[in-house]
Amino acid sequence: MKRRQFLKGSVAASAFLAAPALVRAQTAPIKVGILHSLSGTMAISETTLKDVMLMLIEQQNRAGGLLGRPLEAVVVDPASDWPLFAEKARELIEKDQVAAVFGCWTSVSRKSVLPVFKELNNLLFYPVQYEGEESERNVFYTGAAPNQQAIPAVDYLMSEDGGGVERWVLAGTDYVYPRTTNKILEAYLKSRGVAPEDIMINYTPFGHSDWQTIVSDIKAFGSAGKKTAVVSTINGDANVPFYKELANQGISAEDIPVVAFSVGEEELAGLDTAPLVGHLAAWNYFMSVDTPENADFIAKWHAFIGDESRVTNDPMEAHYIGFNMWVKAVEKAGTTDPDAVIDAIVGVSVPNLTGGFSTMMPNRHITKPVLVGEIQENGQFSVVWETPGLVVGDAWSDYLPDSAKLISDWRAPMSCGNFNVELGRCGGA
Amino acid sequence: MKIVLCLPFRPYLAALLMALLVVLPAAGRTAGFEELVERLPHGSYADRAKVIDAISRTGDPRAAEVLNALLEGRLHARKDDGRIVILVDSAGGATAIDALSGENLGGVLAGSTEKIKTNNRLRGMLRTAIGALSLMSPDRETRLMAAQSVFASGDPANIEALDAALAAESDRQVATALAEARAVAILDTDAPVEEKRAAVAILRARGDAAAQAALAPHASDPAIGNEVREALSRIEQAQRVWAIAQNVWYGLSLGSVLMLAAIGLAITFGVMGVINMAHGELVMLGAYTTFAVQEAIRGAAPWLFDWSLLIAAPLAVLVAGSVGIAIERGIVRHLYGRPLETLLATWGVSLILQQAVRTIFGPNNREVGNPSWMSGAFEIGQMTVTWSRLWILIFALAVFFALLLVLRRSFFGLQMRAVTQNRPMAAEMGIDTGRIDALTFGLGAGIAGLAGVALSQIDNVSPNLGQSYIVDSFMVVVFGGAGNLWGAFAGAFGLGITNKLLEPWTGAVLGKILMLVFIILFIQKRPRGLFALRGRAAEA
Repeated sequence: MKRRQFLKGSVAASAFLAAPALVRAQTAPIKVGILHSLSGTMAISETTLKDVMLMLIEQQNRAGGLLGRPLEAVVVDPASDWPLFAEKARELIEKDQVAAVFGCWTSVSRKSVLPVFKELNNLLFYPVQYEGEESERNVFYTGAAPNQQAIPAVDYLMSEDGGGVERWVLAGTDYVYPRTTNKILEAYLKSRGVAPEDIMINYTPFGHSDWQTIVSDIKAFGSAGKKTAVVSTINGDANVPFYKELANQGISAEDIPVVAFSVGEEELAGLDTAPLVGHLAAWNYFMSVDTPENADFIAKWHAFIGDESRVTNDPMEAHYIGFNMWVKAVEKAGTTDPDAVIDAIVGVSVPNLTGGFSTMMPNRHITKPVLVGEIQENGQFSVVWETPGLVVGDAWSDYLPDSAKLISDWRAPMSCGNFNVELGRCGGA
Repeated sequence: MKIVLCLPFRPYLAALLMALLVVLPAAGRTAGFEELVERLPHGSYADRAKVIDAISRTGDPRAAEVLNALLEGRLHARKDDGRIVILVDSAGGATAIDALSGENLGGVLAGSTEKIKTNNRLRGMLRTAIGALSLMSPDRETRLMAAQSVFASGDPANIEALDAALAAESDRQVATALAEARAVAILDTDAPVEEKRAAVAILRARGDAAAQAALAPHASDPAIGNEVREALSRIEQAQRVWAIAQNVWYGLSLGSVLMLAAIGLAITFGVMGVINMAHGELVMLGAYTTFAVQEAIRGAAPWLFDWSLLIAAPLAVLVAGSVGIAIERGIVRHLYGRPLETLLATWGVSLILQQAVRTIFGPNNREVGNPSWMSGAFEIGQMTVTWSRLWILIFALAVFFALLLVLRRSFFGLQMRAVTQNRPMAAEMGIDTGRIDALTFGLGAGIAGLAGVALSQIDNVSPNLGQSYIVDSFMVVVFGGAGNLWGAFAGAFGLGITNKLLEPWTGAVLGKILMLVFIILFIQKRPRGLFALRGRAAEA
């Protein structure tokens, strides 16, 4: 009796002792890296994305985690410092052993972490609209490529509903995204029969705050008797003084509409929007979109952040889509091993917040609807136009001669991000 | 026609029909208007455009009000019965007024009605339609606005209404606006060449960008092309002259901003010789003080909003000044005579201040509103002057001369000059040099805070605000010559005007580069800047 009891006890004890090791292997958290600037100039945009990732991870954990294991967020702060992005990415992958990274905002930060992701073979989900001309095996572009934002917006302005614009000002901040986007737009406008003298291109330095001369130039350019519009790739903080100057000089959206690719709900939150009513933005998501998915997302966001006045925006939706795609791909692959997930994620389809589904394409870009919205007094957008269906993100623009002949398909047997169809080989132009 | 045919048969029927004849058109018109209004919420924007056009043609007296409500986004459709209502703000929320009957339907719950949406094109149409309907308004301002919106549309359909309005108009300014609107419309018709020539002459006399836009499409018209081209070249010539004046004004305005940002630094760096990298953050603190004051006013006393900047100004001096004194007492005074260490330490302070503001107020831009007297613009000839820029220029000059007065005429200014020129001697004379150092630094910081109040009106209020001004501020002080307020004055306006005259030729990016190259060359030639101190003070 005693011995049996002792035996029983020791079996139980050994089981009890052995269990944690076993359980730990199965329930050790899966780490997810979050690589967004929480200080410095980009903190204004990126802090929100960090918060939305924390919310998505928390929700996933409440729903039972992933592969039976909880998720654990590893947050680092690259402080708007581009080389630091690469260091922090390396730290996330090597030291913290994360399964995937969600992060970056500016193209230069993405370019800086690229070699790290290639070398250490990990996944980066990049949630911001960008200039295209890139397709890397380890990067998943969940934001818009130029054909998912810029070109449909221009199409709308050319249409009768958009005012039949014939004269174009392409105004941007002087760095890679506006320069490339404007190159694509210029080629596209010319292909649609716009004369070169009807296109004005203007670049300004980062954080430009004195817009008097440029706005009066735009005013003068717009008085040639043809309907004129401004396509703005002006970045970040420079937008506020730009819109203030437009309003002060009495340029309304009915005279010269401005369509912006970097102005969303978050940017408008710091502005008196009354004089901006009618100016446009093109995105793949607006907070005002009336779908049950979106209402649910906004409610959860407000509950998570504890502030009813916080807005949602397009890059947040991109992270929502990207995160769900990664979860689905991991479930499909049955492991978080990067190679397996990278193969599994192509073709994965998840609901977006505008009432449809987005699919990961073989070129690492996703399918999205394109919406054009007008700014309202309350800082929200009212959708005035949308593409009839989903638009597939195009890594290489068809309107640039060098990239028109490139295609990207990361499935075997091609497995190439820049296959040259003229030369019949991988490796770019 | 039918009615005429009927007439001979039955006299009583004829009488009835005669009565109908009087009533029918009115009744028909009314029914049409009502049906059209009910149709407004449905269909695409293109459909809505047609309905708006039809409504404006009904001539119904209610049309202007309905279209105006649509333009202002106050025209809604009730979700339960589809009734079209106009929302009017009242004390206890919005009240619905039936758009057709004018009946007051009482308060509405948020979400029980749906706004009838418009886009830019529709709003443009609406403005023209309302303009055409209100050309005869008894209010002079309304008539002027109406004439201007009809001018912008250039729609020949309005000529009749314009003629009628012109005949009845007694005010000269409104009559001119009406004639100009008529001239634009005439150009698009088959009117005789003489009339078109007269129209070209009217627009040529107007001579602004809008007239240019109206004339430009007719430059290749075979009948009046010559006149149009001549008028256009005249207008362009005049505009070129005005453009120079405009650029000088922009330069003055940029100069005033540069001076505001730099003038505090002219004291801390110029007079005291402290390289204060946190200067920009002191400007930012001033801007955030303005934000906080406006928030408090919005919550507690909205009628004070127009005074918010005047209330914020002394508070900003206080906030930035005391932070400045704290920096001086806590850090800078231990580092006098060690410029490199000062530079690093104050740079650290700037990062701390930035992140502190980011933690307290969040990383996003904060909305600082313009008081009504600082919004909008007015025109001098062909030149646009925005009120906010004008007030900032006045403010900058006021701050400059006040500071000059303090330094030259006050006892504190005297002590300050004594300490900076000869510290041991000043101490011998019984001046508490430590206290004067702290107060001088505090004065420079307080003025940076004042600059923040002004800059909040034209720039972002974000934690990064200061960074964009720090380089410019040092540029102005070094260029103008350290240690001299007039140097900062000349430096700021010189750089501002040069920059703005360069910008149209070179673009903003190259313009900025050229400015920096110019300053480098200038400093090579005159290392002590524009207004170098001479004599013993220069040796210090």
